[in-house]
Amino acid sequence: MESDVLVVDDSAAIRKILQRVLRQTGMAIGNIFEAGDGQEALLVLNSQKISLVLSDINMPKMDGIQLLAAIKGAPAWHGIPVVMVTTEGGEAKVGEAVRLGAAGYVRKPFTADQIKEKLAGFLPGAMPS
Amino acid sequence: MNLKDHLVQSLSQAVEAVFSTMLGARVLPAEVRFENGAPDAHDGVLSFIGVAGSWAGTGCVSCSPVVACRVCSQMLMTEATAVNEEVLDAVAELTNMIIGSVKNDLEVELGPLGLSLPTVVFGKNFRTKSAGHAEWIVRRFVWDSDAFEVRMCLAPSEQKASLQPHSLGPFNQMGA
Repeated sequence: MESDVLVVDDSAAIRKILQRVLRQTGMAIGNIFEAGDGQEALLVLNSQKISLVLSDINMPKMDGIQLLAAIKGAPAWHGIPVVMVTTEGGEAKVGEAVRLGAAGYVRKPFTADQIKEKLAGFLPGAMPS
Repeated sequence: MNLKDHLVQSLSQAVEAVFSTMLGARVLPAEVRFENGAPDAHDGVLSFIGVAGSWAGTGCVSCSPVVACRVCSQMLMTEATAVNEEVLDAVAELTNMIIGSVKNDLEVELGPLGLSLPTVVFGKNFRTKSAGHAEWIVRRFVWDSDAFEVRMCLAPSEQKASLQPHSLGPFNQMGA
């Protein structure tokens, strides 16, 4: 069974790179949806059955921490793993993400293997290199 | 190591890591210079991002349209022959990762810092001006036959400077 994934980043370049990396993982991924900020992500979550969210932190309108809090605070979405993929590496932001229930944290710049390794276990067919 | 040396080293490490990881490219750090006052007029692409906290400043990547297209082509594995929205976005993200890495590195000694969203300008013969009088650290990098520059200025924020005038310790060699 294929799982749908949501990639949230205000950079179209990063969304494209993550799409490519996700397709290369060998995981059973169906659709990959994109959002440019937290607000757009909530619209996607409201209309699609998403199994995994990869999200940046620093974004306009609604940042990744606010999005994470919204997902973890909603009974319908609470169980969706959210992996933060971000330049932000400060202890305060990482700690807040962990406290809110982030399933993982990948710091940019990242390699494809780092993404694969972090996603192992969240999606069927995940095979870390 | 004073902050100026730390910043030069951190910039170089960040640029090399981002190019190696995200573009599969090797860049070589070249000369470093220090600038005061308004820089010369720019041609090409200039991407900048603000740093805020107890220390504040700006980080920039400046490059030619050719280098901007190369960044986009290698980062996105696509063919970019002219500067368009995708190219500007790629350079913005490159800047975000470079300056973000430097910020993460500096936070160990300077405390929590925040990053603004990046802004990119593309044009000919334009000038930029930053508020404040901090010295710019400018490092040139060579990428095969091309080159680009990464520059950064950082100074104690006014609030910190007025509250703790004697607390800068080993970082007081930073132009501010």
